Amino acid sequence: MNYKDLSVKAMDLRKVVVEMIMKSGGGHIGGDFSVMETLVDLYFNQMNISPENKDDPNRDYFIMSKGHSVESYYAVLAAKGFFDTDELINTFSQFGSKFIGHPNNEIDGIEMNSGSLGHGLPVAVGMAIACKKDNRPSRVYVVMGDGEVAEGSVWEGFMAAGHYKLDNLVAVVDRNKLQISGTTEDVMTHENLHAQIESFGWNVIEANGNSIEEMDNAFNQAKTVKGMPTCIIANTIKGFGGGEVMENKASWHHHVPNEEEYKLIMQSLDARKEAVANE
Amino acid sequence: MNKIPNRQAICETLMAHAKNDKDIIALCSDSRGSASMTPFFNEFPEQSVEVGIAEQNLVGIAAGMAHVGKKPYCFSPACFISTRSYEQAKVDVAYSNTNVKLIGISGGISYGELGMSHHSAQDIAAMSAIPNMRVYLPSDRFQTAKLIEKLLEDDKPAYVRVGRNPVEDIYSEDNIPFEMDKATVHKYGQNNEKKVVIVACGEMVRPSIEAAKLLQEKNYAVTVLDMYCVKPFDSKALINAAADAELVVSVEEHAPFGGLGSVVAGVVSANKPVKVIQLALPDDHVITGKSKAVFDYYGLNGEGIANTVINNLH
Repeated sequence: MNYKDLSVKAMDLRKVVVEMIMKSGGGHIGGDFSVMETLVDLYFNQMNISPENKDDPNRDYFIMSKGHSVESYYAVLAAKGFFDTDELINTFSQFGSKFIGHPNNEIDGIEMNSGSLGHGLPVAVGMAIACKKDNRPSRVYVVMGDGEVAEGSVWEGFMAAGHYKLDNLVAVVDRNKLQISGTTEDVMTHENLHAQIESFGWNVIEANGNSIEEMDNAFNQAKTVKGMPTCIIANTIKGFGGGEVMENKASWHHHVPNEEEYKLIMQSLDARKEAVANE
Repeated sequence: MNKIPNRQAICETLMAHAKNDKDIIALCSDSRGSASMTPFFNEFPEQSVEVGIAEQNLVGIAAGMAHVGKKPYCFSPACFISTRSYEQAKVDVAYSNTNVKLIGISGGISYGELGMSHHSAQDIAAMSAIPNMRVYLPSDRFQTAKLIEKLLEDDKPAYVRVGRNPVEDIYSEDNIPFEMDKATVHKYGQNNEKKVVIVACGEMVRPSIEAAKLLQEKNYAVTVLDMYCVKPFDSKALINAAADAELVVSVEEHAPFGGLGSVVAGVVSANKPVKVIQLALPDDHVITGKSKAVFDYYGLNGEGIANTVINNLH
């Protein structure tokens, strides 16, 4: 799929996220919006994964380590055909629903449960080591939040991946620079994140995480790097696409729009779609 | 006196199978020596993964390997693997339902003189509380090997705790009455008058049997349950054994909360109410010393267990 179509798809899937959150009365909307282009490019351009090959040992593997952005993850999996979008919107977080407020691998398409931060990278390292031992073509992708990298276990994972030269592993840090209490720099600084990760033996690429084209180029570049894992620092805007009402606001980390905000967000998403289509 | 610790029995069992099953993986956190796993690492380097001193990573990496089809066995001192990587055990192993076997070595007070940081007197409580996590404390090297054989056949999470030191044999090469998830029943002085049940796990089975031998000379009929399967607990064996008992005693190398004794009390009180005495480590820093001296100090030996029975059932 071309970049323009995927950019439009990313805006449409944000609408699915908004509907899920409005209906359920809760959700981590800010991070959902910042990470959407990463997920759309992975699932529609990069990864060898589909409902048909979900059990193929040679598939690519994905872990949503920032599990609170589950709404965007579910929306993308539904668009990929793993389950029905209407069922998702109508039952997300409802009593007894399989669509829990964090990823749950009893649902088709989800490899591992997450929710507690700092777990995804070590698990991805294990997958990458095992796939290498079996000489499988699989690539392993994990998406973390930038607030998440304060967890010590993330650095245990960075260390092991560098040590084992896992060039079949790509970690994305959704660098939206905001977490629930404020800016990442105020809460626990990551000013030197690029150099820090590089010093653990990683190839580090910085890209505009809200650009399908830039993310796609970064994923392609990662495939050419041998002997070391790649980390893509995806510089994003928290709430991207939602317009002035929600973009770059820490208060939208977990927030349910009111009727007025809902209208403004939907208008903004439509305007972005139109702008992309006319580019 | 047996010189082979249970941890070595695990290594030998895994090595026997690893030759033919390349999916068996051993992971250590700078712990291969203390886990007796050096021979495995030397003979099967392609099936060995060293993660360094990083227990969270140990369990997370194992979960990832299991998810793509490997059969990982993680080795680390029980004090660390049960609580330092507790959340990984809960989320990446039990909740994600990955085929990871967590092996807690040098469990309980094996590192008696090293202090509370190195004691695992909380591991049964911690691990048992996780849904989809089984908890096993085998009693001797023969039972340990049988248990590992069985665990190799399934694809579910489990936590196994073994001690550091060799345990005197309870079973033998020709006589290992082992059934998965069923207590092994030992009976002494069955025609005697005063009926007692002793339920023990891990290293406490051996002294419980010694107590039973002392007690049978004093007109006690003693049933010892080797409850290596703390979870899933063999309630039926306990209910059967307690049917005509006047006293039930639980013995464990664990804190007096949330361990074997708690389960025993719960099962007995719900099914056949009778007096239950719990023998365990204290709710306190354990006194410094080699594990045998510490067990003796707290009465966790044959004589101490027998005296507890006599004092509670004259």
